[in-house]
Parts: sequence; C-alpha cells; structure tokens
Amino acid sequence: MNGSHIEITKDLTIPKLFLRQCRKYGDKKVAMREKEFGIWRPYTWQDYYENVKNLCLGMVSLGLKKGDKVAMIGDNRPEGLWSEMAALCAGGIGVWLFQDCMMEEVRYIIDHSDAKFFVGETQEEVDKALSIREACPKMERIIWDDPKGMRNYTQDILVSIKQVQELGKEMERREPGLFEKLITEGHGDDVCLLFYTSGTTALPKGALLSHWNMLTMGHNLMSVDPCYDTDDFVSYLPFAWIGEQMMSISCGLQMGYTLNFPEEPSTARDDIRQIGPHVMFAPPRLYEGMTRQVQVKYIDSTWIKRKIYELSTKIGYKVANLKFEKQPVPWTWRSLNWLASAFMQKKLKDHLGMSRLRHAYTGGAAMGPDHFRFFHALGVNLKQIYGQTEIAGISIVHRDGDVKFDTVGTPIPETEVKITEEGEILSKSPSVFLGYYKNEEATRKTLVDGWLYSGDRGFIDEDGHLVVFDRSKDVMTLSDGRPFSPQYLETRLKFSPFIQEAWVIGDKREYITAVMCIAYDVVGKWADDKKINYTSYQELSQKPEVYGLVQKQIEEANKDLPSPAKIRRFVNLYKVFDADDEELTRTSKLKRAFVENRYKDIVAALYSSADTVHMDTAITYEDGREQRIKTDLHIQDVIKA
Amino acid sequence: MVEASELREGDTILKLENVHMYFGRVAALAGVDLEVKKGEIHSIIGPNGAGKTVMMNCINGLYRPQRGNIYYKGRDVTHLKPHERASLGISRTFQKIELFGGMTVLDNIRLGRHIHLKSGIISGSIYVGKTKQEELAARKFIEEEIIDLLEIESIRNKTVEMLPYGLQKRVELGRALALNPELLLLDEPLAGLNLEEVEDMARFILDINQEKRWRVTCILVEHDMGVVMDISNRVFVLNFGNKIMDGTPAEVQNNPEVIKAYLGEEELYATRR
Repeated sequence: MNGSHIEITKDLTIPKLFLRQCRKYGDKKVAMREKEFGIWRPYTWQDYYENVKNLCLGMVSLGLKKGDKVAMIGDNRPEGLWSEMAALCAGGIGVWLFQDCMMEEVRYIIDHSDAKFFVGETQEEVDKALSIREACPKMERIIWDDPKGMRNYTQDILVSIKQVQELGKEMERREPGLFEKLITEGHGDDVCLLFYTSGTTALPKGALLSHWNMLTMGHNLMSVDPCYDTDDFVSYLPFAWIGEQMMSISCGLQMGYTLNFPEEPSTARDDIRQIGPHVMFAPPRLYEGMTRQVQVKYIDSTWIKRKIYELSTKIGYKVANLKFEKQPVPWTWRSLNWLASAFMQKKLKDHLGMSRLRHAYTGGAAMGPDHFRFFHALGVNLKQIYGQTEIAGISIVHRDGDVKFDTVGTPIPETEVKITEEGEILSKSPSVFLGYYKNEEATRKTLVDGWLYSGDRGFIDEDGHLVVFDRSKDVMTLSDGRPFSPQYLETRLKFSPFIQEAWVIGDKREYITAVMCIAYDVVGKWADDKKINYTSYQELSQKPEVYGLVQKQIEEANKDLPSPAKIRRFVNLYKVFDADDEELTRTSKLKRAFVENRYKDIVAALYSSADTVHMDTAITYEDGREQRIKTDLHIQDVIKA
Repeated sequence: MVEASELREGDTILKLENVHMYFGRVAALAGVDLEVKKGEIHSIIGPNGAGKTVMMNCINGLYRPQRGNIYYKGRDVTHLKPHERASLGISRTFQKIELFGGMTVLDNIRLGRHIHLKSGIISGSIYVGKTKQEELAARKFIEEEIIDLLEIESIRNKTVEMLPYGLQKRVELGRALALNPELLLLDEPLAGLNLEEVEDMARFILDINQEKRWRVTCILVEHDMGVVMDISNRVFVLNFGNKIMDGTPAEVQNNPEVIKAYLGEEELYATRR
C-alpha cells in the first residue's frame, strides 16, 4: 500500500503522523531493524512508540520545553532516530551534526543553535561535548547511549539514554496521557529541524524547516515514485544530511517502510547486501565508490570473467543508450540483454546490494554522465535528484523512462522552477524553508517573494528538464571568453578508478590546469602489480609511472573537449582532499576558495614554467593532531604549449 | 566455566618463588620472585634477552622451571601442563602471532572458547538441549563481549592471513579473551603497530583490566615505555635473568640502579610520543 492517501494538512506534524502510524501498525509490523552483535534485531512500531515516548517524557522531565533545540551526533542507530523523534514530540527542534565534525565545528553549531541538550552516541561524542562545555553554557545536559568506556565519567551534566527513559516512565506514571497531549499541541508551521548547511564558502548557516516543509516534500516525492510499506530501506548515511532525513523521517513515516541500520559504518556494505533495499538515496561519491570497486575487481579477475563482463556491459550500454534516446529496443537486443543480465548483471547487482532496487537516487552534488551510464547499463534505475536543504532536500527528479544523464529531471508536484536572466535557478514550493536561524541578511538574499535563490546556474532544455551547470560562483571563463563548468571536467576525471579527487583551475587564465588526488588503494594495487616500490601516499603520488598513469586518464577526459577547455598541466597532490582539513565540505564538495588560497604556491607554479613546486604545510588528523609536510611536487605537461 | 573467583581485589593471584630456568649453562632466570595482585596491570620490562618471554612461558606452562615454584591463586601449579593452567584461567597472547592463518577470525576466537565447551561428539552432532544452550551462550559471549569490545565486526568472516598485522594482533587478543581468563599474559602486544593501533590496543587493555565485566589481571611484557608507564600499576625490571626492581612506574623511572643498568640502552625509554 502506498501512503499517498495521507493528506498533508497544516495541522499535521511529524509526531502526529508518527502516532497515527504506530497505532495503525502496532506490534504487527517491523518499523526498524538494527544489526547488533551479528544479528538483525527487529523493533516493531509498538517498540518504536514505547522508546520514543519514554525518551520524550524523560527529556521533558529534564526540562525540555517547546522550541528548545536538541543537538544530536552519532552513527545511524535506532537510538539516534528515537532521540530526534522524542525531541520533536516534545515540541523541540532537532539539530544534527556530522559524526566526524571537528571540535570547532561542534562548538560553533552547539553555540549558534542554542542547543539545550546534546545527545551523543559514544564516549567519543561525550568527550567532544565535555570539552566545549565551558564555551557553550546554554548546553544543560549531555545524553549518551553506548556505555563502553564511560565507567570513569561521573560529571553531573551526563545522563544515559536508559536513565532518561526511566525518568520518562516515572513521568508517565505521574501524568498519564501527557505524551499524547504534547503531540496534539504541535502545528505544521512549527519548526522541526534546524539544519546546518555545509557552506562551501563561509561558516555553516542554520536552515529552519517546518513540519509542513518536511511532510509536503516527502508527499510530493512519493507521489512521483511511490514506495510501499513492505519496502526496505537502509539508513546508513549521516542524519545530518537532508537526504537521509527525507528518506528516514519524511518518506519513511508516510509510507511505513522498514528502516534498517547497519552494525557499524565499516560493515554497511555487507549489511546493505543482506537487506537488498528497494530504494536508495546517496550522494554521488557512494556510487562513484561502487563503480571504482567494480572496475578494480574487473582488473583483478580471470580472463573468462573479464570477457563475459566486457560483452555484457557492451550489450548493457547499447540497450541503455536506446532507452536514453527513447527509441524502442528491438527484440534481438532485448534477448541479448536478458542473457547479459542472467550471466553478469544480476550477480553484480547482488554484490552491490541492488538486486531488489526499484529506484536509486543520487543528489547533493554533481554526478558524471559516465557513472550514470554505467549504472543504467547494469539495469539500475538511477535517477538524479536536485534540491537544497533550504527546500527540504528535493525539488526536481527524473521520471521513470525519462532519464537524461546530463539533466536533473523535472519538478515534483507543487513545485515551480524558473531561471533568472543571469541564469540562476529559482524554485518555489510548500517545502521552501522558513529562513536562516539568526541570520536575517542571508535569509533576505536567499528568499525573495517565496522564491528560493539557489546560487546554482542552469537552464531548462527543450524537454523541460532542468540542466544544472554549476554553482554560479564556480563557473569559469575560458581563455576564449566562453563559460565553463569545472565540475563537469572533474566528474569526468573521477570516472577513472585511479582518481579519487580532482580540482580543475583556470578561471580567466590562459589555459586549464588540474590538481589531482590519486585513489591510494587502487593506484597502490596497480603499483604492486607493476613492482613499483612505495611506502606512503606521498611517495606513490610522485612516482613518474603514476604521473604517466594519471596523464592517460586526463587525456581520456580531454578527448572531444574544445581546445581551450583541455587540461594543459597538472600536479599530483601529496594527500587527498579532506573535510578535516576544511578542503571539502562534510558532504564532500570541494571548497574552491579555500583550496585556492591554501595551495596558492601550487597554482602559481602551474601557471609558470616551473616543473617542480616546493610545499611546506600542516595536515590535521582526525583527532586534531597536526603534522608538517615538506615535499617537492612535480608538475607535468599534458599538452606541450 | 572458570570456577568463581574467591579472590578479592589486591589479593595475590600469582606468585613466582625463586624460579630458575637454565638452557644448557645459560641462566635465563636466576632465582626470580614475582608477586602479582589481582586487578593489576603488572608490566615486565628489560632489554632484549633479559628473560621476559621465558618468564611468560614459565607462568603459562610452556617451560617448566628447574627450580622454584609458581603459585596461582594460592595453588602450586608448577607441575601443571599449559592446557591445565588455561582451564584454571590463565590465558596469553604471543610476541609472534600464533593464529591459524587459514581460518576465519570468528573460528580463531571460537577456538579459544573450546576449552569451556563440555558437550561430546554425539550430543554435539544432534545439537539439542544442553548442547544447544551451550553453543548459544558461547556465541552470545563471543559476539557481545569480544567482537563488540575489540570492534572487529567488519572482519569477523575474513580469513586471518588476509588481514593486516595490527588487526591480527587484535584477533589474537580476542582469542585469549574467549577463554574468559582471570590472568592474561600479554607478550609485546604493541610491537609492530602504528601509532593509532597502539592507542587502540592500549585502550583495549585498559578496558579489559577495568571494565566491570572483565576485571582481568594483566601481565604485560612491552618495550613501549610510554604506554607501560601510563597504564601499569607496577613495573618489574628484569636483566640477565635477575630482578632489578619491582615498583610503581614512578619508582622505576627514578631508580638509579635501573637507570644505571640501562645506561646506553636508550631505546628502553624510547617511546613513540
């Protein structure tokens, strides 16, 4: 049964919907599963209800009031979702942080959001919270979940989720019916989530989303691609990413499908395969990772398997291309495709956990057409989603049978999209956010007469599909004056399994250059096979053979580009771009202005005649330690000037 | 299962009395006395060839000392075989990893549990009643206590020889824990690990020692002085088979005799930090 019959009114809130679904399914249906100690453990809707109720009342008895913020950090676990739902039920506002946030980011967000409670999963998160305690006096309680390593923590500010739930049970005994009463008090226009956007340029901004925003977005997406309450979804991407909120909370509640939580982030891939989800939404880097995995396994396998793979993909590409061009697939190709599917694609999809997949979505960043074609050739219905946190995650999506790999699709119902004269993409829908928290100026710039200014440049093509060119501020001008999207070239480069990250430079310059980060494991394996010795990433990246390899990948990407858009010179960086070094956002987007400043020596050298550049910088480890790196980097010409 | 511990924190769990161990005419241990209290992390340090591993082997029964006695929980165990000592609750890891390379991580750890499984071949093959309960309990123990503690969920079904060295060390610790020991002998658990792995391993040792569930007394042979001085309750200094001193880390660090004995032995105090 699909849930599109649920009518979204201004009075409806996420907790009200939660209550309704709990009553409907009770203990007859599994709401979520968590893999723990090697076994999938189910929680019915009744368990979900009990846990949220106790947690919610516990938080209330600790002093949570309507409108208070509850900050949460941790891996995807039922307890995390319960905390969020509990906060919402009490009329609170959820604020999620990325698990790998550095101390300074945590401090900024906790302080800026005025969070009253901090919910952390393990000792690591508790440590983060304790160390910013002085700087964030508004934080009243730190709630923790996993007792491991917590034996020596006696601070008064700490309380475990179990204790909070006990407090909740007491509260329930004192005031029965309070939980339901709290939920009834909510209204659709109330703020439910405060979302800190990744911000490629400045400090993160907090977007305020209402229940109405979240629910209408889920409703409109589900009316395009319905899900069913018998579906399975694997929740393993950070809750701090709007896409995960959209699937786990908004769509999940409306459809009543089962959420599955992997045991650990490191086991997610195996766990996904065991579940075989029906629907998947992930940023491009996940799909890029899968493609790389397949390409590497292909290089590693035996002759006969490689031949079968080559033949099957050829058939797959042919059929996919026919479908892209909306041409009928002749029966000969259809039967060949059936064979290819039986011999190869089906098994490969099973390994990737995609065997039951109905819809796969990608969003959050640009994805290269090559990756797109790759998945369609496998028979995976991969579709682009376009949207921002400010529009609750989604405004545009591909329709089944109308997928074009260079577009992002057409607007979902109740959504209007238009392009300004400068080419900026604007959108309007019931899901457009309320504004930025404590930032009037940014709100005024982004939200004009109900239209959301995206800061992306794009156009609408002859079929009514939106084409996103790039971030407006990232669009480069080539030497011949034409505009050019660096992202386009970067995603092309990243289709090579040997390339992890690429940064294309050349705005208003004579020619285009690139800074390349090799994929350590893949290039490392390639080097092993070639008997090339190396001890570290840094050393490997500077090997002449590796330069040769990277050059080949660049030449491939340069092919069929106009001459001014071709990469002329490149350098292999001694490390991979990392969010901890602030080079990427937490959602893995390159912060161009930042890297441009950080690596200005490299940029200068790329536009000189030098063939080496000396580097002397510091890198930051995940635990905050720093190390200095001194090295010489070689610069190579792809095309001789 | 190990018999219920009647010892309290601070009671002597292990005592070596005047232990001599000769190889030909070489005295590997020349009358060593050691007393380990329950609940401690007791480290043994000394230069290469001092006799540290010989001491471990004597405690766990791989070597039988020519003279002297070893008491475990007040009982003379000098003449017991290694497996008999293991069933009393003495477990160990090795300096050079001694895992079964062709088996999975889970199988290696299960092997450590085997000594506590009572069911025979026949009941084992029909898997009912007590046998089933025993198996389920063993599974629960391994999954919930060991794999979760050591954070090796993602490799539980991998073959050991395919794993990097640092993880193999962790698996070996897991196997030693599967025995549910009261006394754990750790022979250079940090050797060959990188900085991050050292920090993880030190944390695991502390967890095993302090977590209410475990409370395992540890004897630690280790060269990484930073870690030894950080986590030990007592440090025993050995040189050429002789005890130099036995005291708290602070006492050892300030003892002129220790410093004298290791003059020039800079790496003794070498640490990664």
